[in-house]
Amino acid sequence: MAIESDAVEQELELAIHPMDQFLVKPLFGGGHGDIGMFTITNATLWLGITVLCAIALMVLGTRGRAIVPSRSQSIAEVIYVFIYKMVEDITGKDGLKYFPYIFSLFIFILVANVVGLLPASFTTTSHIAVTATLALIVFVAVTVLGFVKNGTAFLSLFWVSAAPLALRPILALIEVISYFVRPVSHSIRLAGNMMAGHAVIKVFAGFAVVTFISPAAIGAIVAIYALETLVVCIQAYVFTILTCVYLKDALHPSH
Amino acid sequence: MAIEGDLAQMGAFLGAGLASVGMGGAAIGVGNVVGNYLSGALRNPAAAAGQTATMFIGIAFAEALGIFSFLVALLLMFAV
Repeated sequence: MAIESDAVEQELELAIHPMDQFLVKPLFGGGHGDIGMFTITNATLWLGITVLCAIALMVLGTRGRAIVPSRSQSIAEVIYVFIYKMVEDITGKDGLKYFPYIFSLFIFILVANVVGLLPASFTTTSHIAVTATLALIVFVAVTVLGFVKNGTAFLSLFWVSAAPLALRPILALIEVISYFVRPVSHSIRLAGNMMAGHAVIKVFAGFAVVTFISPAAIGAIVAIYALETLVVCIQAYVFTILTCVYLKDALHPSH
Repeated sequence: MAIEGDLAQMGAFLGAGLASVGMGGAAIGVGNVVGNYLSGALRNPAAAAGQTATMFIGIAFAEALGIFSFLVALLLMFAV
């Protein structure tokens, strides 16, 4: 009996903790030590890999400029046209001026998410520090842009003129709260989805060491991995589409 | 002293578990959005393609509230 429980304990120690993959560790100096402003960590490494992959996809992919595109060129072109149409549909023609930023946002998040799916990699977008930076830049930029483009008329975003007069102050309060919650939900949606999905994969990986349920656990890992591949793309899309919606609010604040 | 710490930890764990019930509400909301989109799309398939973006925006807003409960659970587990 005692031997059995020892074996179980050993097995549990072998299993990785599902949240261990999100630890930020310094790359040099044995993986521990203080993390300062300029310490090179695994997060730095994978952010760099993300940027390099995004540049490689877009620059090397479209370098040939062939009329009949190669495989990498057609991937780059499909993504470009997809985002271009999305910006045009949601924000209108005058939003196209901001297309380069929205496109770089999409390609960065997409590549960071996909690279984070590689086994033993580090998912940079699972950290709220990363996604909150992206969301705050969008929030500040959109707010400043709204005031620059419309002046005080931007405040009509909070004053719903379609509603009865008695309801408008209450609606204004709700609108103001929902406006300031935007960067919170914008960033946590991405980080939460990435973190939860990857943690679930690791939980099933922990089950895989128990012999008699390991086939089911490995099947579950495969299924969840497929689901995660879908979620990764959808979350990049959702982040970008919400950026477009916020931009539309800033450019055309009247309801 | 030790018992007090244990009680506080138990409260945090219980609260985290209860907070994650809120994610079920988000699941219902997302299911509603997609289900209604699908039933509309089957009635008028020609108009469906133009509304996928709206559907995703709706999903995102419904999901945001579930994510807040997830956030509360995470705060209770790791920050309190």
